[in-house]
Amino acid sequence: MFKRIKTSQLQLLAMVAAMLFIVVFFSIATEGAFISPRNISNLLRQTAIVGVLAIGMVFVIVSAEIDLSVGSMMGLLGGIAAILDVWYHFPIGLTILVTVVAGLILGLFNGWWVAYQRVPSFIVTLAGMLAFRGILVGLTDGVTVAPTSSALAVVGQSYIPSGWGVSAVGLLCLGLVARVYSRRQARHKHGVVNQTAKFEYAKALVAVLALLGMLLILDSYRGIPTPILVMGGLILIATYVAKRTSFGRRVYAIGGNIEATRMSGVNVERTKMLVFGLNGMMVAVAALILTARLGAGSPAAGNMAELDAIAACVIGGTSLAGGIGSVFGAIMGALIMASLDNGMSMLDVPTFWQLIVKGAILLLAVWLDVKTKKAQ
Amino acid sequence: MKQPLLDMRGIVKSFSGVRALNGVSIQLEKGEVLSVCGENGSGKSTLMKVLSGVWPFASYEGEIFFEGSQVKASSIRDTEVLGIVIIHQELALVKELSVLENIFLGNELGSFARLDDEAMYRRTSELLARVKLDVLPDTLVRDLGVGQQQLVEIAKALNKNVKLLILDEPTSSLTSTEIEILLNIVSELKAQGIACIYISHKLDEVLSLSDWVAVIRDGEHIATKAAADLTQNDIIGMMVGRQLDELFPREVHDIGEVILRVSHATAMQAGASRPQVDDVSFKLHQGEILGIAGLIGSGRTELMQCLYGCYDGQYSVNIELEGKEKAIRSQRTALQAGIAMVPEDRKRHGIVPIMSVGRNITLSVLDNYKALFGAIDEDKESQDIDDYIARLKVKTASADLAIKNLSGGNQQKAIIAKCLLTHPKILILDEPTRGIDVGAKYEIYKLMFALVKEGVSIIMVSSELPEVIGISDRVLVMHEGKLKGDFGYRGLTQEIIMNCAIKEGA
Repeated sequence: MFKRIKTSQLQLLAMVAAMLFIVVFFSIATEGAFISPRNISNLLRQTAIVGVLAIGMVFVIVSAEIDLSVGSMMGLLGGIAAILDVWYHFPIGLTILVTVVAGLILGLFNGWWVAYQRVPSFIVTLAGMLAFRGILVGLTDGVTVAPTSSALAVVGQSYIPSGWGVSAVGLLCLGLVARVYSRRQARHKHGVVNQTAKFEYAKALVAVLALLGMLLILDSYRGIPTPILVMGGLILIATYVAKRTSFGRRVYAIGGNIEATRMSGVNVERTKMLVFGLNGMMVAVAALILTARLGAGSPAAGNMAELDAIAACVIGGTSLAGGIGSVFGAIMGALIMASLDNGMSMLDVPTFWQLIVKGAILLLAVWLDVKTKKAQ
Repeated sequence: MKQPLLDMRGIVKSFSGVRALNGVSIQLEKGEVLSVCGENGSGKSTLMKVLSGVWPFASYEGEIFFEGSQVKASSIRDTEVLGIVIIHQELALVKELSVLENIFLGNELGSFARLDDEAMYRRTSELLARVKLDVLPDTLVRDLGVGQQQLVEIAKALNKNVKLLILDEPTSSLTSTEIEILLNIVSELKAQGIACIYISHKLDEVLSLSDWVAVIRDGEHIATKAAADLTQNDIIGMMVGRQLDELFPREVHDIGEVILRVSHATAMQAGASRPQVDDVSFKLHQGEILGIAGLIGSGRTELMQCLYGCYDGQYSVNIELEGKEKAIRSQRTALQAGIAMVPEDRKRHGIVPIMSVGRNITLSVLDNYKALFGAIDEDKESQDIDDYIARLKVKTASADLAIKNLSGGNQQKAIIAKCLLTHPKILILDEPTRGIDVGAKYEIYKLMFALVKEGVSIIMVSSELPEVIGISDRVLVMHEGKLKGDFGYRGLTQEIIMNCAIKEGA
């Protein structure tokens, strides 16, 4: 029985188990305060920014590259959004559009250097990390750009009324069930013996229950926070892109063996550049959420965020060697990191301990991963 | 009885069930030179890896005695301590370090905190004098020519107090002057009592240099004879002397008009002394299987890379496909033009190991399954995957299994399936049966004949001469980047090809 479970599934189980452990531990330690609706709502909102960054980062790492510039890029894009909003009073729609396009351009710029000029991504994005921060400080003159308009605040601070929230989550659950069902049908048609059908159903069931549970909890506070809905939408789109599109397939192939993929006639360079472009757009979304939440564009915003995003991906089972990883895993990773932050803050654990624990968790997660792979 | 310096007895080495060496025994006295000859893949390199400790003791059967005591090496370091040093075809020098630093790398003189530069400098000068290399010890290795680097390797070996020097194809990339210097030095070392095992395809060198010649074929030790009693033709005869048998299911098929005209293919690595492909022109007919033979380094693979647009250096070639000139600058344009290639190095260029068999098969043609929102029409994709897995008899538990779990033969069939899905007019197969068991080989040959009957034209590069003769309609032979021969398969023998591929100016 146990042998049938694939590595990827084992990883998933391990992650869910780790998450459960963290929840139970902090709930007991905080005498239930950790799972109060208010805290869950806060926790998820904290997850949103790193989560969105991790979505983009997962594609970069799966293609066997790295992006160290996302923290600075997020700061820069958030600064641009704040400047447009505060100084030039752009309408909110235009601010969002310009920021996302700017993110796309910065991402493609990174990608062009990596893919076509063959500069290692570590270096390209390290340069970006420095330069983007520099541009940000130059643009803002080193001062905080505030206060942002109430329209922009909606992006980061509002809640979706429960009626809309319920319908959205309901639809999601239905879609999930339909998806598993249609997949089963397709496999059946091609005579593929799927040994893990039960696992798939169990997975869908757990997901539906988790979604409904979350909805219940959030609804008993103020409703679904807008950033969470945005992240949820992006998770769906990104999962679709990763699993179902030819672009996603090629990204995994490039990470798995770039030479063989090139020999197969895939335009490796373009695909890589687009991966960075996609990542840039995700950074832009994260930047908008950040600026909206802070109500300001700060020259220090997003400092070190790239490390959180990378850590989330890695804890979520993404292989730095490329070719392996999932959006869902990265989100789980982000959630685990955010839970640790949140729980330890509630327990008044000193900041230095928080950093040490997070570092240890990162090391432990990868060590376990290496161990299980060797055992196979 | 006198104790031989080296005595290898009944060496057997298998790789996942396939015997690469099947009971090879060689002996060597002090101050003698033994040449080991055999075709590509005959087991020479494996034998040297066993001897030098790359394959540790107990990973092979048989015994090795050196200076009378049994060798139980677990790494190259162990055999180096004994005085057995191997110099590989690909030199193992650190190009950014100086000659001196390379010679003493890992064996530096002096204490940990303070190197004894003066002693090392003196010693290096002596060693360089011994190998007649007139450069200063602090010259950077990357500033030396390939031949000089070869000599540095030998100097390094001498520094380790070498008793048995193994040279693996040392002259394949040297100019004739450099070769002469090298051969002279080997003779001098011999006079100093150092034994040498010499591996080379160049039979004239073999005969002029060695005392003994051992021939290995398909992992079997054919014979060891005194070089004085042998001619080049004797050696070639022993190297290839097997009968063609039922391994090759040749089928009658029609051959049509010229479909591909390749002219003036030339390819060169930056900084190389001679081009890897040197002005090669040839024609391919529709429905023809064109074999390309030649030794490793003769430019066969590089020629194919020019056709498929993936040579990583300076190259130029004129390609006319079905009467139309095609500019092929990348793998993508090659596939679009109707040229597909199964690469030589399956692991590096063929498979994406962690991806499923099915996804490997459809990697080249994902655009065929375009559905809404850039999605892949998985129904249509699975259909193709199932069809091709069945057609090529890929043995896999499921199309969802990671391809790395398949045997070499089945991986190869999946790669061929990937190529066929692009519906190529011309299929290039570079060493299609390397490392594949006999059964899978047979199936691949059958498939090749089925394909040419459908009008696909095939170019097959192969080091296995029986395969080249048994399958091809026509055979081109390459030597040092040049096209040296163009033969019809009728009446073609391995001796003819070998003569053409080995002998200078033949």
